[in-house]
Amino acid sequence: MKRLLKGGHLIDPLQGIDAVRDVLLDGDRVAAVGLDLPVGKDVEVIAVPSGCILCPGFVDMHVHLREPGQEHKETIATGTAAAAAGGFTGVACMPNTQPVNDGASVTRAILERAALEGAVRVYPIGAVSKGMKGESLAEIAELRAAGCVAVSDDGMPVPTALLMRRALEYAGMFNMPVIDHCEDPSLKGEGVAHDGYIAAMLGLRGIPATAESIMVERDIALAEMTGSAVHIAHLSTRQALRAVWAAKARGVRVTCEVAPHHFVLTDERLAGPISYDTNLKMNPPLREQADVDAILRGFTAGTIDAIATDHAPHQTDEKHVEFDRAPFGIIGLETAVSLTLDRLVHTGVITLRRMVQLMSVNPCRILNVPGGTLRPERPADITIIALSAKVTVDLSKSRSRSRNSPFGGWTLKGGVVATIVGGKTVYVNDEIPGAAAFGAAVARA
Amino acid sequence: MNPETTDATPSLPTGTDDQPIPANRLRSKDLLGIAELSVEEISLILDTAVAMKEIASRPIKKVPALRGKTVVNLFFEASTRTRTSFEIAEKRLSADTLNIVAGTSSVVKGETLADTVHNIEAMSPDLLVVRHSSSGSCHFLSRICRAGVINAGDGMHEHPTQALLDAFTIRERKQRLAGLKVAICGDLLHSRVLRSNVLLLTKMGADVWLCGPPTLVPTGFARSGVHITSSVDEAVEGADAVMMLRIQLERMLGGYFPSLREYFNVFGMTPERVRRAKPDVLIMHPGPMNRGVEIASEVADGPYSVILDQVANGVAVRMAVLYLLSGGAEHEAVA
Amino acid sequence: MPVVMDADRMSRTLTRIAHEIVERNRGLDRLALVGVRTRGVPIASRLALRLREITGQDVPVGALDITLYRDDLMHHPVGPQPLVRSTDIPFSIDDRVIVLVDDVLYTGRTVRAALDELIDFGRPKSIQLVVIVDRGHRELPIKADYVGKNLPTSHTESVAVRLAETDGCDEVIIEKMTGEDAE
Ligand SMILES: [Zn+2]
Ligand SMILES: [Zn+2]
Repeated sequence: MKRLLKGGHLIDPLQGIDAVRDVLLDGDRVAAVGLDLPVGKDVEVIAVPSGCILCPGFVDMHVHLREPGQEHKETIATGTAAAAAGGFTGVACMPNTQPVNDGASVTRAILERAALEGAVRVYPIGAVSKGMKGESLAEIAELRAAGCVAVSDDGMPVPTALLMRRALEYAGMFNMPVIDHCEDPSLKGEGVAHDGYIAAMLGLRGIPATAESIMVERDIALAEMTGSAVHIAHLSTRQALRAVWAAKARGVRVTCEVAPHHFVLTDERLAGPISYDTNLKMNPPLREQADVDAILRGFTAGTIDAIATDHAPHQTDEKHVEFDRAPFGIIGLETAVSLTLDRLVHTGVITLRRMVQLMSVNPCRILNVPGGTLRPERPADITIIALSAKVTVDLSKSRSRSRNSPFGGWTLKGGVVATIVGGKTVYVNDEIPGAAAFGAAVARA
Repeated sequence: MNPETTDATPSLPTGTDDQPIPANRLRSKDLLGIAELSVEEISLILDTAVAMKEIASRPIKKVPALRGKTVVNLFFEASTRTRTSFEIAEKRLSADTLNIVAGTSSVVKGETLADTVHNIEAMSPDLLVVRHSSSGSCHFLSRICRAGVINAGDGMHEHPTQALLDAFTIRERKQRLAGLKVAICGDLLHSRVLRSNVLLLTKMGADVWLCGPPTLVPTGFARSGVHITSSVDEAVEGADAVMMLRIQLERMLGGYFPSLREYFNVFGMTPERVRRAKPDVLIMHPGPMNRGVEIASEVADGPYSVILDQVANGVAVRMAVLYLLSGGAEHEAVA
Repeated sequence: MPVVMDADRMSRTLTRIAHEIVERNRGLDRLALVGVRTRGVPIASRLALRLREITGQDVPVGALDITLYRDDLMHHPVGPQPLVRSTDIPFSIDDRVIVLVDDVLYTGRTVRAALDELIDFGRPKSIQLVVIVDRGHRELPIKADYVGKNLPTSHTESVAVRLAETDGCDEVIIEKMTGEDAE
């Protein structure tokens, strides 16, 4: 079946398009992109409402879907539904499940479940080390063959320089990036918040910025040595950003992502209005204003490659405890696009074109997955956003199984109108007038 | 205040929080920390404590003020000293008291803090006095409890009644806090007593000097308007009061300094070091003391030691806090 | 705002009460004055001065803050607590005649609180009560031994004793309370 998205504004940096274009979909592929495409027979015409912007599908390269093993927090079905509602047509899921995704059987189980129940595409990330124990390499070739797109021990850093060196060398053989959760365990210690004035006054054990940057520097040195690609997960500090900038300048294959909470919030928030809110506890922690300022400059300068949410669902009960006992992490899939539009695009930090690079082009390039453009023959994965839509975050309506977000009740400018994966509409935001033009959301499977 | 004249009922302040708050009440149902208190509220507590202190000198050291009120002392961390002080304060005000020393047993059983406290709340207490090892646990409880919460020490965060009794002790001897030089020496990093004292003393206009090994100085602490030094001599020079903080053996084991012996040599409060302070310097310690580690016995037992006054004043200050909070606040809906 | 007692009248009233105290007790041995805060305290001090003028004897004066003994303290579940001021009784009350001093006698509840508090200080031989104004409307079986002026009032009126020490002038006035102020 063919669908023609007519009269929308398309932003497709890889095609150099930032203008009104019709997009013709044929089944799960893009058939044509052009001005005033003819309406053929048997073509469903969707008149794109004014104010809507078509983008190649956004891919969140850092989420925790929790399945298998922690289905009380999230499942592949609920996590991908949240992704669809957040405008993501694909997510890369971290391997810290139970059991850990360190072998083909787990990878295949995830992909099978995603094919059955997933609202969006799921790209598994395999473990760097067996059992994520940081000792010996996981069977990366097998993981690759089963469908993993990268390796990471996220949740923990690759602990030794030697293991990191071997991971880079070995994964480099398949051109798979090693994604590292950069933190020096000894400097992090029992830390639960950014090591600064706020943590000092609140009596919270600190995680110094250096815990991150020292590991980023190590990984950069090893990437330089091995010539392989390293990707820095959830970069949060100005020191780490400076290291990435310098490494890129000398040609090291390093990329990095930043999570929305790290460019929107600072540790000041821990002091109130809801002091010690466990929904402000994540790892890396919320940093200070100077870090947020540096990250904003990093977006403008192009040092940052991707926006990734580090979507980390935890049940309400698990977060309803003392701050230092609460698990790290917040959900982020459904708020990322609005936070990016409100805090980066509307403020002039980045252009929409750059946003598409950060959320679609670059994640696809780093993970070597299809997407990132709506060229003919490519997957018909489209994220439709509206710049001026007023969005109020209502956690009670979240598609995620968890509610651990500090953004409940926030009103933001800009949001997701609809999400199309493989030519099928998987999400329509009924709160945005005209969104119904994209039809009713259907199950993808 | 005479109920038979027209001013019998104190007029309710109608102002919002933006306007200066009349100092006849505390704004919150809880005492979570010094951070939440205004200068006027601190003065109100200290002034009320003056009246409370007199009760200890009566033949019958008991007044009926909190008759019918139930106060639960909920201690998740053992602390005979603070719990006893609160308990005496409660009994002197005629409150019904209940001690629950939870330790970590309920945690082991898998009961969450919220569950434990909801169970206690089912018994309709009016005030909860809470000691807990997690910073911010009293803030957390205040959001889920109807009863007022008094922080009796939360992790490394605050111990407000200790700072209030310290301030009371200094004010009693020096008639003021503003302009005094107060040196605080010891483990600055892990001390809730320190944080509360820094907040209180800086709010009240004292000149606060902190001294300890750099490994035990919290990051960014200078922003709180204090001087930080690793020289005891510099901190103590001309001081009106010197407060020692307890050094725990775990800190040595945690690698913050090489040995207790070396700690005493570099940071211990000796008579020689005290001589640099004002001649009428007050020597203070929140207890329990480690003689020969942070403080020499000659100093602890010396003529300017007010360490035992602190203990006595603790009861008066806690009576003041219990009294002022037992009326409740007219706003602060339970979240 | 009728003034029912001016400064001159108040002075003469206090002198009369001082004479009555001396007469009734046949001397001032083992007698002490205890003023109820706020205005009972300066009145007690003035009486002590007059007693010395009359007898040449010094009578100890104490101050009693009855706030913590008020029966309405825990009555209102919410609301700010009344301020507590210091009680200062620098002598033993055991076996003494205590003359309790207050400005206005109304429901009797303040005196009840003061009696309870006093008894926690020891066992006085007896307790006598001085008030400047008795305005009636007793709610407890309490009676003053020395009264400056009996002043029949209605509930919608209030009586204010003003003193130079606390208010800048000596006078007793009656005020009409408006609407909500009336209890
Ligand atoms: Zn991570
Ligand atoms: Zn993660």
